[in-house]
Amino acid sequence: MATPLERRTFLKTGALAGAALVGTPAAAAAQAAAPAAQAPPPLTHAVESAAPADVQVLGDNERAGSDYMLDVFKSLGFEYFFANPGSSFRGLHESLINYGGNKAPEFITCCHEESSVAMAHGYFKAEGKPAAIMAHGTVGLQHASMAIYNAWCDRVPVYVILGNHADAAIRRGAEWYHGVQDAAAMVRDYTKWDDFPWSLTHFGESAVRAYQVSMTPPMAPVVLVLDGGLQEHPISKDERLPVPRLTTPAPPAGERGAVEGAAQMLVAADNPVLVADRLARTPNGMTLLVELAELLQAGVIDEGSRMNFPSRHPLNQTQRARAAAADADVIVGLESADFWGTVNAVRDQLHRSTRRLAKANAKLITISTGDLYIRANYQDFRRLQDVDLAIAADAEATLPALIDAVQRLVTADRRRVFQERGAKLAQASRAAAEANRIAATYAWDASPVSVARLCAEVWAQIRNDDWSLVSSYYSNDQTNWPRRLWNFDKRYQWLGHAGGGGIGYGAPASVGAALANKKHGRLSVAIQTDGDMMYAPGVLWTAAHHQVPLLSVMNNNRQYHQEAMHVQKMCNARNRGIDRGEIGSRLTEPNIDYAKLAQSMGIHAEGPITNPNDLAPALARAIAVVRKGEPALVDVVTQVR
Amino acid sequence: MEMKRVGIVGAALVAIGVSVHAQNAPPAAPANNTPPVQPAAPAQGSVPAGKVENGGVLYKKIGCYQCHANEAQGGLSGPRLGPNLVPYARFSQYIRNPTGEMPPYTTKVLSNQEIADIYAWVNARPKPPAVDTLPHLAR
Repeated sequence: MATPLERRTFLKTGALAGAALVGTPAAAAAQAAAPAAQAPPPLTHAVESAAPADVQVLGDNERAGSDYMLDVFKSLGFEYFFANPGSSFRGLHESLINYGGNKAPEFITCCHEESSVAMAHGYFKAEGKPAAIMAHGTVGLQHASMAIYNAWCDRVPVYVILGNHADAAIRRGAEWYHGVQDAAAMVRDYTKWDDFPWSLTHFGESAVRAYQVSMTPPMAPVVLVLDGGLQEHPISKDERLPVPRLTTPAPPAGERGAVEGAAQMLVAADNPVLVADRLARTPNGMTLLVELAELLQAGVIDEGSRMNFPSRHPLNQTQRARAAAADADVIVGLESADFWGTVNAVRDQLHRSTRRLAKANAKLITISTGDLYIRANYQDFRRLQDVDLAIAADAEATLPALIDAVQRLVTADRRRVFQERGAKLAQASRAAAEANRIAATYAWDASPVSVARLCAEVWAQIRNDDWSLVSSYYSNDQTNWPRRLWNFDKRYQWLGHAGGGGIGYGAPASVGAALANKKHGRLSVAIQTDGDMMYAPGVLWTAAHHQVPLLSVMNNNRQYHQEAMHVQKMCNARNRGIDRGEIGSRLTEPNIDYAKLAQSMGIHAEGPITNPNDLAPALARAIAVVRKGEPALVDVVTQVR
Repeated sequence: MEMKRVGIVGAALVAIGVSVHAQNAPPAAPANNTPPVQPAAPAQGSVPAGKVENGGVLYKKIGCYQCHANEAQGGLSGPRLGPNLVPYARFSQYIRNPTGEMPPYTTKVLSNQEIADIYAWVNARPKPPAVDTLPHLAR
């Protein structure tokens, strides 16, 4: 709560800085830096002791423009607005906490706008509907931009609300360097749609349109810029401002003839493989893929951007993905982000080369919304793979028709062939799982703790809970240790990855996803890497402040390990020194104490743990805290992955 | 800073003697997509004496552990190396002339004796407990 003196100081500093900025920025900076304890000038006392000349409060028959904005946002069903507070959206902020009662949406205080977006990203992965973030149109968006790019690459809708004062005639000082002609321009290459409404009616339509656009596959972030004046100017309560009705368009399904063609190839195939990446938009996506796979007795490779297929299903061939793809005569990419990378490989040496992994005569089919929408600048669309059949459609929406078409084509003879094939695949799947169990035994008692041991210890304590792995650094790998050892069979148990490879996603996305899981009573667990945590440690405070039940288990290998591997490769290729590859990537000298870091923000934390035998009791204590509704952290010093 | 799909770089002794990696092996084939290296090929010539302790120092110092993990048990970017998994001749040959993602280690930066030391250390790694004795790994 600000004291009168603090308010006076703020007013003085703001006014002087604003006036000086027009002429001499240096003088303004000097004034802004003046000590707060300095006595206020006589003029301020005079102003404060004088009767107000113009009492400016909302009249009884008035409300704020941002109240209407909140009406619209509430109609869209937002549960949370993630934000670091900013004056350019102060009108909406006030409407949210007073007019809206800070419920649905609730303001979640974030310590960095990049974290705000990543939290919304993680929230969507767990909940299946978007959250909004608020930020300044300039400095806030600049902070947020990398996380927006991650969400774009992951085709995740994040609803970005930016504050901006368009009318230069009435800007305060800060509103000049927080002002921008076209705020959304800097992220337009990696957002799907944006607008800067000029009226409240315009706002209402654009707010609903933004939601519709973001949720129509391919889903992606959208930006809505809210003028400060539009937020703050009073409007009459009698003014009729309609709240447009939200109708999310049905996603496009594949053309009937093309779907029939795909079904014919699948039924005739000796060894078809279904490759799913961003397939499962909803829980039904996994149900449909299981149905299709069982109908065909086809192998499935889950590339992991979504939770597409139960990890222990006998037809799951993810743990032997390359072998399965190499054996296939028909490969179907279902919302595959990198289908070229599924059937080809790049050899990363001094002179790079490529080769095909799939059989030369394998038939290739894609079903993807990626064929419906592409942008030019950022290159996340990957290499073009020539295929035999490309169906430009949403894969989940297309699966029912594909299943029907396959059912019509399957004969008794083919069904017998399918059953034999399924038995072989089940055997291969069991062998891969057994190999994983045995692999985990190596270095079981080693210190630092092996990542396999860490994941096995966590699994032993959560396996009987309704759990959700909200983040795992290697989550884009099909074969990281949780996926090798844990039994994933629910959509919210696996939430994919950052999308764009931007570090600083894991920690905030975990908090956002855990917030979504909270009302469902799920036990949220993050395998949290150290380098990622150091991008956004403020999220620990957000978790503590908002009582987000989240178990963060630090996978603390004390380095940016992957980058060390890259540099090692360069060292070897250049043949002039191979023992300095870690320089620049180490996070040692001093070691970072993540337990103390978390404790400083009010979180139960233990560690650093180096003896694997100390892990189980520490995890048990931390999980007990999480079950009571609070976050907890266990810092485990680990080997590299 | 970045992260990429499928554990990215094999920096050390990747895929020694693994048939599926014979030529132009794919980048960073996940270790568990790679069958454990089988000691199928006979060793050619005698195994030189290696110094275990120095091998351990080198294993860490020159980055082997980055892909194969601290105890040579294998990681996401490199397969398990030991104990007692790979004949010395193939171990040594692959370090000099890798065919997969692993970068080469030439005689200029790593001597034959140093390879022998690393080989000795890898083979001195303790055997793991039997999987069925670990309740954490029960199916």
